[in-house]
Amino acid sequence: MNERIDLHALSGAYAVDALDDLERASFERHLAECPECRAEVASLREAAGLIAETTTAEPPAELRAQVLAGIGSIRPLPPEVPVPTARRRRTPRLLVAAAAAVVLVGAGAVVWEQPWETSTTQEVSVADQVLQAGDAKRTSLDFPGGASATVVHSDSLGRAVIVTKDMPPPPEGKVYELWLDQPGRGMVPAGLMPVRPDQTVPLTGDAATATGAGITIEPEGGSAEPTTKPIALFDFGRAGA
Amino acid sequence: MDHLRPVAAGGPSPEDGPPAPDLVDLLRLSGRGDEAAFARLYDATASRVFGLALRVVRDRAQAEEVTQEAFLEIWRTSGRYDPDRGSPLSWLLTITHRKAVDRVRAAEASSRRDATYHQQNQPVDHDATAEAAQASLEARRVRGALEHLTEVQREAVSLAYLGGYTHTEVATMLDLPVGTAKTRIRDGLIRLRDALGVGS
Repeated sequence: MNERIDLHALSGAYAVDALDDLERASFERHLAECPECRAEVASLREAAGLIAETTTAEPPAELRAQVLAGIGSIRPLPPEVPVPTARRRRTPRLLVAAAAAVVLVGAGAVVWEQPWETSTTQEVSVADQVLQAGDAKRTSLDFPGGASATVVHSDSLGRAVIVTKDMPPPPEGKVYELWLDQPGRGMVPAGLMPVRPDQTVPLTGDAATATGAGITIEPEGGSAEPTTKPIALFDFGRAGA
Repeated sequence: MDHLRPVAAGGPSPEDGPPAPDLVDLLRLSGRGDEAAFARLYDATASRVFGLALRVVRDRAQAEEVTQEAFLEIWRTSGRYDPDRGSPLSWLLTITHRKAVDRVRAAEASSRRDATYHQQNQPVDHDATAEAAQASLEARRVRGALEHLTEVQREAVSLAYLGGYTHTEVATMLDLPVGTAKTRIRDGLIRLRDALGVGS
């Protein structure tokens, strides 16, 4: 219960994006189960949004043209068709997982998530499921300078998650790309890491078949195969498998 | 926190022009690919979106990028806006704020942080963006409502929302025990909400 109270107290900080990534992930898990918090967050966001009335500033005229030119090449997403409680059963787990991974991996670049969408809890729950899986195996690496990364994989879920701590940002114009080492195929792209020192990101792809994971530094947007030497390799300990 | 102080009412507000378009309708039309509706949505909201982005990231060029990213995101997801979950403006500004905060955190620009911290702790000139802001009725109403907050609540809310700092950073900046800034932020927002009579 204590935890619940503590989490509830985060609603204000959450509403104004003042949580760090870990707190945010736990609060979003909590939000999924707490209608009161969802209502409170919505109301606090209304209030916070009104503060923007005090900071209005006219953007340059050319920005309007850029924006309107930009939307021409972007297809609006379809509305979410309400699929009540049957959703979990009807949607294959891996599909949910894959869609959810897109959400998190995209957080630094293309954000798909909706600010009030409690469906962000789906991607959280992917990470959560892996982290709490009975067969979760962890492989940790410390980088010079104090940063660390841990890959947790669960064969039963077929997913892997990377948890980073104090990661420095990648060089200007570069990204950290994640890879799964798939037998016979080599390093297969598993997503880009959002630029944040501390985060928990699910890797896309089947972790149950992978023998390891890696991180490389790639040009913005990522690469189809590694173009640089990995800065980290995680061995899933399947020697002989 | 001069920028959150009420200012003297400066003449009549420019509440003229055509009646404000219904943002819910414009979002719905945008979701169907109506670019003209989206252009009207942009015109109705760009000064708030840009103003907020500018206030958080502080750099005009970056604020323009954040604004553009936010509007492209708004266009892409407009069909998923759900009026039951809040007002269109709140939705737009939530997207904008997230992007602005992501930008400043990703930049990990300690120099900016230091510089900003410094500024925050000096009696700064009235904020330039607020200065440029239209003295709309709504802005005056919000400034009035902010007076209902305690000083520390107002500062905590301002550092978090307009400064883009985490509650832990806010605690350090305001010399609050770790863990109490989040309470100040929440209490402050609740007071603001109740004073403005929104969303409850």
